[in-house]
Amino acid sequence: MSAVRCVDLCKTYRQGDQDIKALDHVSIEIGKGEFVCLSAPSGGGKTTLLNAIGGLDIPDSGEVYVDGERIDNLSKGELADLRLQHIGFVFQAYNLIPVLSARENVEFVMQVQGMPAAERREKSNAILKEVGLEGLEGRRPAEMSGGQQQRVAVARAIASRPALVLADEPTANLDSKTADELMELFTLLNKHHNTTFVIATHDQRVMTYAGRLIRMLDGRIVDDIDQRAA
Amino acid sequence: MKIVLRLAWRNLWRHPRRTWLTTGAMVFSNILLVFMISLQFGMYGLMIDNALQIFTGHMQVQAPDYKDDQKMRQIVPDIVPLAKTIREELDSEMVAARGLTFALASSEERSFGIGIYGVEPEFEARVSNIPGLVSTGRYLAESDAAEIVIGGVLARNLRVGVGDELTLLGSGLDGSFAATVVDIVGVFDSGVNDIDRNIAEIPIGLFQDTFFMEGAGHQIVIVGDGLGAVPELQARVQSVLPADSNLVVPDWDELLPGLKQAIQADMGSSFFMYFVLVVLVSFSVLNTQLMSVLERTREFGIVMALGLKPGRLGRLVVLETAMMGLIGTAIGIVAGGIVTSWFTTNGLAFPGMDEMAARFNLPARMYPEINAFTLLAGPAIVFIFTMLAAIYPAVRLRWQNPVDAMRVA
Repeated sequence: MSAVRCVDLCKTYRQGDQDIKALDHVSIEIGKGEFVCLSAPSGGGKTTLLNAIGGLDIPDSGEVYVDGERIDNLSKGELADLRLQHIGFVFQAYNLIPVLSARENVEFVMQVQGMPAAERREKSNAILKEVGLEGLEGRRPAEMSGGQQQRVAVARAIASRPALVLADEPTANLDSKTADELMELFTLLNKHHNTTFVIATHDQRVMTYAGRLIRMLDGRIVDDIDQRAA
Repeated sequence: MKIVLRLAWRNLWRHPRRTWLTTGAMVFSNILLVFMISLQFGMYGLMIDNALQIFTGHMQVQAPDYKDDQKMRQIVPDIVPLAKTIREELDSEMVAARGLTFALASSEERSFGIGIYGVEPEFEARVSNIPGLVSTGRYLAESDAAEIVIGGVLARNLRVGVGDELTLLGSGLDGSFAATVVDIVGVFDSGVNDIDRNIAEIPIGLFQDTFFMEGAGHQIVIVGDGLGAVPELQARVQSVLPADSNLVVPDWDELLPGLKQAIQADMGSSFFMYFVLVVLVSFSVLNTQLMSVLERTREFGIVMALGLKPGRLGRLVVLETAMMGLIGTAIGIVAGGIVTSWFTTNGLAFPGMDEMAARFNLPARMYPEINAFTLLAGPAIVFIFTMLAAIYPAVRLRWQNPVDAMRVA
């Protein structure tokens, strides 16, 4: 069974008087444990595809399957449950909750899942150590650098061990060294935990980490390269 | 602490000044409501006490139709012994028998139609403040003496004073002509013009003899320990009455329906004013919460993307409002209670109030009446309206799409 399957997805946005096709009959299948990069110039449709896979946005037509379950026809509440239990998100702008500390941000998803406090604490300690934030657990987002915030966001995304991690331009606001560290962390997590990664990016260096590179243009898939073979 | 609770508390203090300003509006309105409602109830208590102390008492024993048709023939037979029995049964001296008729009072120069009360001099002072309001001369002393106390305005109108004689002309119980001559022994000033102009009191023995009452009277006035004790006292008095009599025991509310109506009318207008105040505070809360929700749209998008359901987000907003409401309510009740308590001890007076109060036989200071209702009713309503103000911002989140929300800068 594949981790993600999209069948003939279409999504059109209206911008002023113009209809913009963000997804134009997109079909892909991503296997479990794959490390995939979606590459496209701005407006190419990669974020829209990522949002459709994550149940954040509903396509106009087509079908989306996550872990074998069709999700494009689920209710808002069911989609929230799906994201909570199966999907981790890493956003370009970190998107941490400003009033919570690093540890509380990491524990947020687990707490909403109803995980006991002791288990949460154990997992958050381990994951913060893994992403190199040991000793910064009590800091709030405003007290951390961009790279540290993105690490917290990654820790939050993977803390509850989701089967699928969706990352939208995760290195866009990071310097090259921090970006490399982050990608190495992703690769490590992918190998150690067999987590499926789908990363939307137009950063060439990020693409080199991916086992599979899917190129998009104007809402269409124009290339699908298995980089491991290359 | 649960995550939603923790988030709500921390969100509340993101903008402490804004939170305190909104909470401050609630505290201010709560203090105002506690004080105003307490003062209002204190004034009502005073109004009721004052009205009841003049003549009415907390209740009266009467013939069944006397209340609506104050005819001479609507009598309570053997009224003085019955009043004595009630006094003994209640173990209270605040019980007094009365008769009432209307007669022509004539001095040497003038005549006026007045109401004449036959009273038990010994006990009247326990149920009415008229004996204490005698400003010239003295009050009635003996049950059979041919003497009278009259109101100050009546004395002026009749051009008489203490020591002068008055002739009373009226009808007896049997319809026959009744007349007597009495000495004026005292003049009272109640401050109520109608009473001072139209009322006179004579001993009940003289009243019964003059108007051929054959031992009867018209009302036994009873005063209890307060308005709260009236229902129980009423039942006890009723049980003392002879089984074969058809006498009734109306309480003050039945005897003076106008008083309660006046209070209700006053309450109606005051509560409308309070309602406006509460609505204004609610809009302030609505404004704060709506602003708070709008500026966190992106953040709400994030937590929805992470898997928090819109309903739970709505609860977060309601919880934030409830926390703010509880802070405002708690501080408002405590501060309102302290302020009001100070005034319950020291009273409240306005310039020139003592003069006006004296005219109406009222105390020179007003004292708020503080109890659970006056302390909690206003703040409870403010809290309820505050929570109502949270509904719109909370419901608004239900329609929010995570992607759209995260696009908001």
